[in-house]
Amino acid sequence: MDQGPIGTELAAGDHPQGVPTAQTPSIFDPVSSPALAIRELSFVVLGLSAVIFVVVAGVAAYTLVRFRNRPGDGRREPPQVYGSTQIELAWTVVPFLIVMVLFLVTARYIYGIEGRAMPSDALEVTVVGNQWWWEIRYPRLGIVTANELHVPVSDPARPAPTFITLQSVDVIHSFWVPQLAGKMDLIPNKTNRMWIDPRVPGTYVGQCAEYCGTQHAWMLLEVIVHPRDEFDRWVAAQQTPAVADPAARAGRELFLSLSCINCHTVRGTPANGVFGPDLTHLMSRRTIAAGAARNTPEALRAWVDAPGAIKPGVLMPAMKLAKSELDSLTTYLLTLR
Amino acid sequence: MSVLSPTLMSPEAAARRPWLEHAHDWVVTVDHKRLGIMYVVSGLVFFVVAGIEATLMRLQLAWPGLHIVPPETFNRLFTMHGTSMVFLVGIPIVFGFGNYLVPLMIGARDLAFPRLNAFGFWIFLFAGLLLHWSFIGGEGLSGSGSAPAVGWFAYAPLTSRAFTPGNATDYWNLAVFIAGVGTIGTAINIVATTLTMRGPGMTLGRMPIFVWTMVTVSAMTLFILPPLSAAQIMLLLDRFLGAHFFDTQAGGSAVMWQHFFWFFGHPEVYVLMLPGFGFVSEIIPVFSRKVIFGYATLVAATVSIGGVALSTWAHHMFVVGMGTGLNAVFALSTMLIAVPTGIKIFNWLATMYGGRIRFRTPMLFCCAFLFQFLCAGLTGVMLSVAPFDWQLSDSYFVVAHFHFVLIGGLLFAIFAAIYYWFPKVTGRMLSERLCRWHF
Repeated sequence: MDQGPIGTELAAGDHPQGVPTAQTPSIFDPVSSPALAIRELSFVVLGLSAVIFVVVAGVAAYTLVRFRNRPGDGRREPPQVYGSTQIELAWTVVPFLIVMVLFLVTARYIYGIEGRAMPSDALEVTVVGNQWWWEIRYPRLGIVTANELHVPVSDPARPAPTFITLQSVDVIHSFWVPQLAGKMDLIPNKTNRMWIDPRVPGTYVGQCAEYCGTQHAWMLLEVIVHPRDEFDRWVAAQQTPAVADPAARAGRELFLSLSCINCHTVRGTPANGVFGPDLTHLMSRRTIAAGAARNTPEALRAWVDAPGAIKPGVLMPAMKLAKSELDSLTTYLLTLR
Repeated sequence: MSVLSPTLMSPEAAARRPWLEHAHDWVVTVDHKRLGIMYVVSGLVFFVVAGIEATLMRLQLAWPGLHIVPPETFNRLFTMHGTSMVFLVGIPIVFGFGNYLVPLMIGARDLAFPRLNAFGFWIFLFAGLLLHWSFIGGEGLSGSGSAPAVGWFAYAPLTSRAFTPGNATDYWNLAVFIAGVGTIGTAINIVATTLTMRGPGMTLGRMPIFVWTMVTVSAMTLFILPPLSAAQIMLLLDRFLGAHFFDTQAGGSAVMWQHFFWFFGHPEVYVLMLPGFGFVSEIIPVFSRKVIFGYATLVAATVSIGGVALSTWAHHMFVVGMGTGLNAVFALSTMLIAVPTGIKIFNWLATMYGGRIRFRTPMLFCCAFLFQFLCAGLTGVMLSVAPFDWQLSDSYFVVAHFHFVLIGGLLFAIFAAIYYWFPKVTGRMLSERLCRWHF
């Protein structure tokens, strides 16, 4: 993974090799309603816990110091107390009342977040978990892409939420972009739903949050929040079929003659595999292999040559291509803008 | 059974016996004290192994992008560490103390079924060795030795043949299953002993609090371990006979495994923790020079933790999409556990209040336990707040929380117990200075 651990950089904006744009993926820096609500609730819980901690730890510390055995105490035994119904009742009832209040607050937030109905004009996206990458489908727009979720910004006055359907083709994964919402698992044979309404344009990083096998750690994703017009342009660009650049004809024919097409789709060509990421607009994406490397010509060539060297355990096989074949294939892939 | 028990011989004769005979005595023994010692010692040996695994993981994580261990190895390390710490360290140490102390505390001559007890120990040891044999004997993807890499929770469908070929996952499945058989036997033993073999005058209301915790967790074990064993048999059928319980490709349910697993997995935390509370409840009064405050309340809290713990398992599953109603119910049941747990902390504080506290090593560990367990409890309440959990679940916050529980809480209580009862077990006092260094 010496080609550039972009995931690390995405996750930590101040990494020495610093790639710009990365924001802190902190749950305390939310930009979307579910995450904002959770932060609100977390302040209540943290505050309550802090008070309890200070009181109980304070009493404990006082007791330990005040009632320590002092040199002058000799062998006298202290007065024996076997218990007190009133006191014990008090420290049963008071915590019970605190718990009840906390529960009611919690229930309110659960219903507030999970109970939101989908408006008819909401953007619908389906995210499908794969070992170890994300397929992003826009069923109403006819777009399929990978590892980058593009959504429009949502104005609190005129909300434009995105409703996400979560599915998995293999094992359990979990969708987590901390600044946008809490996690939700992607479970094979089960469909889960969640929603986000990011209020600030930008790039938000997330990653798989349920252990899903060898490369769980390199299953990153980015959510790119566009202003409305920019999002519309992105949609229009993604809806076009693949570019057929005459300059890359040799590479294109090579691609179509190899087993690449069993797993990958390039719209407008006979390649219609469904096991790997859709490559129609490969070069519009910032990373390859779900954040394991930056999407540069060199990294792309190295990736096609030996995927396992960049991401050990990856399911894409090394095709054992000759140098010239590798060059012409990379040239073709680079035209897929 | 050895007829020539060393207690029947003169000390000189016993000293002359060759070591092989000593070893033979230990192997064939059905004595609850010896088995208790062997449980604790083998638990500590596995503890060292699991500690080495943890050290390797922390080295890898010391800085982003290090390459100390490859990803497959890292996954094996956390699987083995988690599985070992729960099944081969926590359970045997806790039940080892139960083995040793329960009959002594209630005035019984031994456990009710001594041979079942010996069977339980040896089958546990076998399970531990079987699990670790997978490092060299397991067959991974490349055919070389490989430990299981499915996490200690072994979520379906990662455990199905399609995603973990080879037999590493079967090592996990069988080893944990076999260890479970031994634990179930020991749990039956402790419940039977406590209910039927108490000495004259030892009514239930006079039993030491540690015995109450042991009988509670043994009863819980009988509720929670058989469902896990059943799920493991289902997994075995899936993997070898093509059943489809958890095989999602054929319509099985991945969520069902989580229900089975956490119905065991969560109460299991209390199975480990309650005896820890028991240790603390025995040790604090002694070094405070006061009787325990509110015996009846503490016992009631112990039993109600045992009861409520059986209804909290799905708080591990707030992010699987259970739906609003279930999320709310399990948030409530989880928060409720804070009440009896809080009672315990308050009663310990009240015991110390007004005492003359002597800070010998066991008491030092108990004091540290109090503060760390307070952190464990409060982070637990945070996690029970389902929406907050949607952010925290599966993150290092959870890892930190349960290490506060099991290391800061349980392990410190175990250290306290070891220092407290070591003189009783061996007839030797410990160096207070060395003990303090450890602390």
